[in-house]
Amino acid sequence: MSDTTQTLAKPTSSTTGVKEAIVEIVSDSGEGAQKCGQSLGKISARMGNGVWTVEIIPAEIQPPARSREGASGIRVRIGQEEITNMGDQAHLVVALNEQVLFGRIEQNAYKAGTYLLIDNKWAEHTSPDIRRGYLDAILRFKKLGYIIHEIPIEKECLKLVSDARRGKNMWVLGLLCYIYDRDMDLATEQVKSIFQKKTDEVIRKNLDLLNAGYQWAEQNLELHFPIPARQIDEEIVVMNGNEAISLGVMAAGMEVCSMYPITPATSATHGMAETIQSAGGIIHQAEDEIAAIGFAIGASYAGKTAVTITSGPGIALKTEFIGLASMAEIPLVIIDVQRGGPSTGLPTKVEQGDLLAVLYGTPGDAPKFILAPSTIEECFHYVILARKLAEAFRIPVFVLSDANLATGVQPFKRPKIKEEWFASELDQHPWDTDIRPYEWDEDTGISKRPIPGQKGGVYTLTGLAHDEGSRVAYDSSINQRAMEARSRKLATLKDTLKPPKIHGDPSGDLLLVGWGSTRGAIEEAVSRAREKGASVSCVQLHFLNPLEPGLKEIFQRFKQVMTVEINYSDTLGHPHITEENRRYAQLAWYLRAQTLVDIDCFSHVFGQPMSPFRILKMLEEKLDKKLID
Amino acid sequence: MIAVNPDACEMVIPDGIFRLEDYTSSKARWCSGCGAHSILNAVKLLCKEEQLPPEKTVFVSGIGCSGRFPHYMKTYGFHGLHGRAFPVASGVKFRRPDLHVFVITGDGDCCSIGAGHWVHAIRYNMKMVALLFDNSIYGLTKKQTSPTSPMGTMTNTHPTGSVLPPINPIQSTLGLPNVSFVAQTVDWKPAHLQATIQKAYEHPGLAFVRIVQRCPVFMHDTYEPTVKDPDAITVLNHEKGIKLSEKELMKFRHVIEHDPADIVKAREVAELVKKTLPIGLFYQNKEAVRYDEYGAHNMGISIPDRMKAIDHLMDRYAV
Repeated sequence: MSDTTQTLAKPTSSTTGVKEAIVEIVSDSGEGAQKCGQSLGKISARMGNGVWTVEIIPAEIQPPARSREGASGIRVRIGQEEITNMGDQAHLVVALNEQVLFGRIEQNAYKAGTYLLIDNKWAEHTSPDIRRGYLDAILRFKKLGYIIHEIPIEKECLKLVSDARRGKNMWVLGLLCYIYDRDMDLATEQVKSIFQKKTDEVIRKNLDLLNAGYQWAEQNLELHFPIPARQIDEEIVVMNGNEAISLGVMAAGMEVCSMYPITPATSATHGMAETIQSAGGIIHQAEDEIAAIGFAIGASYAGKTAVTITSGPGIALKTEFIGLASMAEIPLVIIDVQRGGPSTGLPTKVEQGDLLAVLYGTPGDAPKFILAPSTIEECFHYVILARKLAEAFRIPVFVLSDANLATGVQPFKRPKIKEEWFASELDQHPWDTDIRPYEWDEDTGISKRPIPGQKGGVYTLTGLAHDEGSRVAYDSSINQRAMEARSRKLATLKDTLKPPKIHGDPSGDLLLVGWGSTRGAIEEAVSRAREKGASVSCVQLHFLNPLEPGLKEIFQRFKQVMTVEINYSDTLGHPHITEENRRYAQLAWYLRAQTLVDIDCFSHVFGQPMSPFRILKMLEEKLDKKLID
Repeated sequence: MIAVNPDACEMVIPDGIFRLEDYTSSKARWCSGCGAHSILNAVKLLCKEEQLPPEKTVFVSGIGCSGRFPHYMKTYGFHGLHGRAFPVASGVKFRRPDLHVFVITGDGDCCSIGAGHWVHAIRYNMKMVALLFDNSIYGLTKKQTSPTSPMGTMTNTHPTGSVLPPINPIQSTLGLPNVSFVAQTVDWKPAHLQATIQKAYEHPGLAFVRIVQRCPVFMHDTYEPTVKDPDAITVLNHEKGIKLSEKELMKFRHVIEHDPADIVKAREVAELVKKTLPIGLFYQNKEAVRYDEYGAHNMGISIPDRMKAIDHLMDRYAV
């Protein structure tokens, strides 16, 4: 067994504290690492710290134990200030076995100097293979420059519980509470709340584990990196993007959420499954993706604007119905929690690969609105906005989230539910028979729709080209006017929008343009680059169809413009790739066409969220300037 | 409903009484001799008999000749996508129990491209009438083999004759879980057609009615013998079945007793199709679980109460 005390870092003085820390807890599946990290995040949020947590999820439900691919766990980034992304390499890692670390190392999650705290029970395992595997790994890790602490997690836990597998996570929580100087009263409350439905005995045991972990660290570790607490004077909630979406669906007053199970979107419906019935709605689990949107469209047509939640492969299947909703002007909210594509792709990993598919995926011209929330808080509010836009403009509205937002957890100001967010009562007043069901307003393209039950409003909705009266266009010349009206709704909305806010100076050498979940990483990278004197700014687009106004004018104030996206693009310099045939990232492609500005792009599909480090590295090359210490 | 004013010797139709014209929209554009015309008439008659308010009545269809049906009714209508009438209709009904919903579907629509939805719609058992217009051919796209085309039917996709045995929609539906109403009729026996649609409308659940329908343009030779041959049809008769007057019943040469409560027997009778076409009510179960009741069970919660429930969930995320 290696010497526990041989490598000790210089701890920071507890009076000054550290600005932030990235902590990972990794283990085999089912060892409670996620619960441990979530708790650390919640305790930190209550201390007024900025927090971002993201789960590390293996592809299988029960991957083989002690396997490199089986790494299951969580990353928690805690800071004195607001934290908007998962950050770069970890500061400290607690590992319940050494093998799972290899997977994380391959993903570049650690750097030389990262503290690895590893359960040393494997050093004395009965299997010689396991003992050897453990010792080899420790040697490897040391060579890579990590600072190793082998600690007796299981041994210590067994002093308190008979099955350490079910208690280690709380012991580790105690350990981390000492290292980062967490408020133990809050930690105690947190543990009590986790086990509130369990017996007093269970609660007491877990509190004992928490305290034992804390005391062990205090007595045996010289690692102490206090992150100072901050006064908070507003109510805070902590949740992930899918949970925010499910609350948004209910707060929008939607009565029907129609879905078919698909990763990583489905947990959005889990979040509301218990509550939605008392919140006046129902989840319909349809027989397939097509039926899910068809059902939502039926409900919307009958006056109860519905939502369907899916991911890329589901969007592909729903395409024909999306065209119908656009053509027949049926209000509808479609939430796409994007994952890696094409085909089955990377189901649990992030990608922003659906933009062009939702924008142009429908045969023919089928206008729809597309919104892209960039924070967890926006995931909540954008669903409410989407329903309102869908009804006001009689159009399908997409909300493009992604696996990064879906699983990222962040504190934000608790929304105060407002009555005006709710769908209004079903209008069953007699319809003015002078108004035709598609009487398109010349100026806005908007028309009023009769709802079944409204006397005098009867009409047959059709996916066939139709005139103002919803009559089949046997004379196809009406089609031109109808298409113009449906398209005009986009321009009408655009005229109500403001140009996007620029992070950094309003002009300069380089402007980065992002959309959706990359906002935190891009803004952080830009801020860090600017501290080093780089002339770089960034802008995050929240409306993708229609685009926010003024983009061309903003772009022209910068020498270079570049999108930062998590989707595929060709890299110049690769075999055969030239300026002429290079395939651009999706937003870049779209913005180039819309603005005729020569926009570059930086994108990748490693299945990882965008990190500030990666962007800074790119900026170093692009601006030929040292930006990373 | 309709009062006679003896002084004026004329019929007075009070306001609020719906006449056949009140359900009539544009002139139907199906081919002359198409069975769909008689189904349209029967449905209008049902609406009038039941005095269904046009604004409370919704016809949802798919694509194909049958898909045009809603355009010819002066009610709310939804002419959607090929094969997808069932999910749309289910969505319409889910939170609108006040609406009378009819599904209009064809053999290609229901038994081929939308077959998955058919299976699940039967299982959902929402109170609706589903009319399968089965002419055993793709008509609107000009004579391709349908899943119900008899084997050997010569079509544009199988010029030497179709190669697979057809789906028997009655047998298939009878094999589905939670099935609650299965009937069969033909477009050319108006009394039976009317009585079947009436019975379907009264059923508390999803009433599935296959209407064997003539296509004089593409399937003339397939149906003409059945239409003309008095031995081609067997009527399922029962006091709990489709009610025909004595006079109407006398018109059929083959009548058998069939209790629609007996699903095992119903499946046997459905096999008769190989020899003669059975029409009538195969199966009915008024007690089957209804998904529309689940769908509407929590309607009418006040907004303050809904806000309270959401706030309560929000507490769980509060720190």
